[in-house]
Amino acid sequence: MAQLEIDSVSKSFRGLRAVADASFEVPQGALVALIGPNGAGKTTIFNMVAGVYAPDGGRIRFDGARIDGKRPDQICAAGVGRTFQIVKPFAGLSVLDNVIVGALQNSRGVAQARREALAILERLGLEGRRDQLASALTLPDRKRLEVARALATGPRLLLLDEVMAGLRPTECDQLVEVFRELNRAGLTILLIEHVMRAVMALAQQVIVLHHGEIIANSTPQQVVRDPAVLECYLGEETEV
Amino acid sequence: MPPVLVVNVLISGVLAGLVYGLMALGLSVIFGVVRVVNFAHGQMMTVAMYAAVLLFAWLKLDPILAILPVAALFFVLGYALQSSIINPFITRPEHSQFILLVALATIISNVLLMGFGPDARSVQTSYGLNSYAIGQILFDQSRVYAGSAAIACSAALFAFFRFAPTGKAIRACADNYLGAKVVGLNVKHLYALTFGLGAACVAAAGCMIVLLVDVTPDLGSYYTLLAFVIVIVGGLGSMGGALLGGVLIGVSEALAGLFFDPAAKSMFSFALLILVLLFRPQGLLGRRR
Amino acid sequence: MSALRDLLSSLTPLGRALLALMAAALLVLPYVLNSYLLTLAILILYLAYTGQAWNVMMGFCGQLSLGHALYVGLGAYAAAVLYAKFQVGPWAGIWLALALCVVAGAVIGFLAFRFSIAGVYFALLTIAFAEFTRIGFENLSWVGGTGGLFIKVAQRHHIDLLNLRGTPAMFYYVILALAAAAFALSGWLLRSRVGYYWQAIREDEEAAQALGINTFLWKMAAVTISAAMTGVAGVFYAFYYNNLFPGQVFNIEQSIEIILGPIIGGLGTLFGPILGATVITALGEGITNAVNALGFDIPGVKQVFYGVALMCVIMFLPDGIWPPLARKLGLRRKD
Repeated sequence: MAQLEIDSVSKSFRGLRAVADASFEVPQGALVALIGPNGAGKTTIFNMVAGVYAPDGGRIRFDGARIDGKRPDQICAAGVGRTFQIVKPFAGLSVLDNVIVGALQNSRGVAQARREALAILERLGLEGRRDQLASALTLPDRKRLEVARALATGPRLLLLDEVMAGLRPTECDQLVEVFRELNRAGLTILLIEHVMRAVMALAQQVIVLHHGEIIANSTPQQVVRDPAVLECYLGEETEV
Repeated sequence: MPPVLVVNVLISGVLAGLVYGLMALGLSVIFGVVRVVNFAHGQMMTVAMYAAVLLFAWLKLDPILAILPVAALFFVLGYALQSSIINPFITRPEHSQFILLVALATIISNVLLMGFGPDARSVQTSYGLNSYAIGQILFDQSRVYAGSAAIACSAALFAFFRFAPTGKAIRACADNYLGAKVVGLNVKHLYALTFGLGAACVAAAGCMIVLLVDVTPDLGSYYTLLAFVIVIVGGLGSMGGALLGGVLIGVSEALAGLFFDPAAKSMFSFALLILVLLFRPQGLLGRRR
Repeated sequence: MSALRDLLSSLTPLGRALLALMAAALLVLPYVLNSYLLTLAILILYLAYTGQAWNVMMGFCGQLSLGHALYVGLGAYAAAVLYAKFQVGPWAGIWLALALCVVAGAVIGFLAFRFSIAGVYFALLTIAFAEFTRIGFENLSWVGGTGGLFIKVAQRHHIDLLNLRGTPAMFYYVILALAAAAFALSGWLLRSRVGYYWQAIREDEEAAQALGINTFLWKMAAVTISAAMTGVAGVFYAFYYNNLFPGQVFNIEQSIEIILGPIIGGLGTLFGPILGATVITALGEGITNAVNALGFDIPGVKQVFYGVALMCVIMFLPDGIWPPLARKLGLRRKD
């Protein structure tokens, strides 16, 4: 059963077609990667799923129910969590407080939210920094905070927008392991990624977007051999 | 109501409105380029008004002639203010900058109160009560001078931004801060220049408006708000919009004073501000941000 | 109660001792101070109260209002009109004040948030509404117009709490209770779910939405709660000063006075508004008295001082006096 259905979705910005009639499905429990050159429309799709703006055409369904056009907070309540490409920590709050905000979505009170938040911080290796201000974190830690916060809302589908960008290979591998575990535990993950190392390690299914259109949608192994993909994005010399 | 009366009031409103427009032009230039919300704008104009009053009292210098020295002085002061105090606030959260200028406005208003006292001062020129007449239509001489000076100053400013290399550089900064820096423009200097120009505008407007109204220390906040109403109604970033907005406000104030209670005229301006903020925040001629 | 425990545990032993000392001192002030100083104390507590109310909207939720005098005025006029014209006491009048302020706040909030007016434009909107109302009241002869509305002062000697007529000491304890209640309410709100939502909205509204927070709803809550709290201050204002002039009570200078305490003391903190109100009032009065002692009577000196203080704080101590002070004196248990 497809958990997320993108059905003929289009979006234009003042005459510029960002997404053109895109359709794909994300099965429940899957880990799917969305790749493509810059400007291909990947974040636009994320933003439409997350409710930042509504598609000009088409439908988006989550667990069978339409979510296109709903507000971001409604979509989060429905079970979709997201991170932002440029991380948006609550700079003036502590790391713990940041995650508590997320956990409140899924808890009866502040005390319970606090417990959940602490558990998630530990899972992502941020427990030691819990009282530090978010503004004092390094970029890799900020990315982990971003993920922790989204996780705290108890999503059934997690949208990760270029989480690996700017991370060193070891840091990237650490996060890959976290996502694998979460996926094994049942969390559906859709991620936008340029770092092919992470894509090949994680994805069961890869969707390639180019100029707003989907040009490939299959397993990682097939996608990296697809001539169209190689031409527009990966390049002939790609080593994976 | 005789139509001649309405026409006279309209003309009087347009002429005053041109001066309002020049004042608002200064704010638009500052707000549009440096992105500083100059909440002390009206206070700056009030200082200029007092300067004109003093120059008239001591040197018998006509306010229109005082425009040049006063505007030049304010240009320098504005440049100094921007590069010293305001510049660090450009990267700080918006509300910090706003509060800085609110504080500055309070200081200026009350220093004026301390220095000049609460009583009104005015400039009594020799032509103050004269009018030109075309048939039955009267043109108040002071207003004609003020309005013409406003047009001249606005035209000079337009020309500067359109044709002068520095003017174009400033517009570049406004359009794209990062791009301007990349291209090698000295943004800090250009910002200070712009603030200086805005201050000069408002100083010139102050000299003109002292021919039309008496000055008291508390006029500052009224004019600040008026300037914002005009800029927002006319459209942020549009110089033509500032002038158009000024004329609109001048006319509406004049008409409101004629048909309704004069005290209600400012209510109209505020109501207009609220409506524009809600329904057309980019103003009549502005570009959508 | 857990909020109180949280508060106490966030202070060091020294901090707790000082807090206890301050509380004890506040309780006995009317018996130790002369009438001038008592008036000053009442003013400080009034500013601490309104500052705390404004802090809810700006310090917690990040919505800058420069027109809070609107709510003081509405509350004041509501209660005063009911008393002067209909002999309805302030304890009933307060409900009308609350209702009016909640509606006013809701209107402003709805218009602003529905149409995505934020930051500077929002501040301008609040100023416009306050000014609009000021001029409206100046032209409303039924409430006295520019001539003002007056409440009869029957007596100042024995305490008539029902009608808020009485000794300065009575007013002192009333405003002390209000300030303490505002402090408690703010503290409770800050540590509750609402407080977390507000701070998230303040820090990054888009991120807050992505975490399931209905930002429109919670911003409305901040605006209306802040408005309601300020309205109560208006009721106090009416019965303490006994005269209302639109030009004074709706004035933008009032709005600026309200924000002085929280900004100078510390935006978004609990102790900030109180500390700020104390510092600014004490120093302001000190300067005025010094100038008077030198033989001058210059109106405007105090406001210049306010402006300079505000400028200095915003330039050099943007977080206010309380955070560095608490650190230096070791009053707060830091993370």
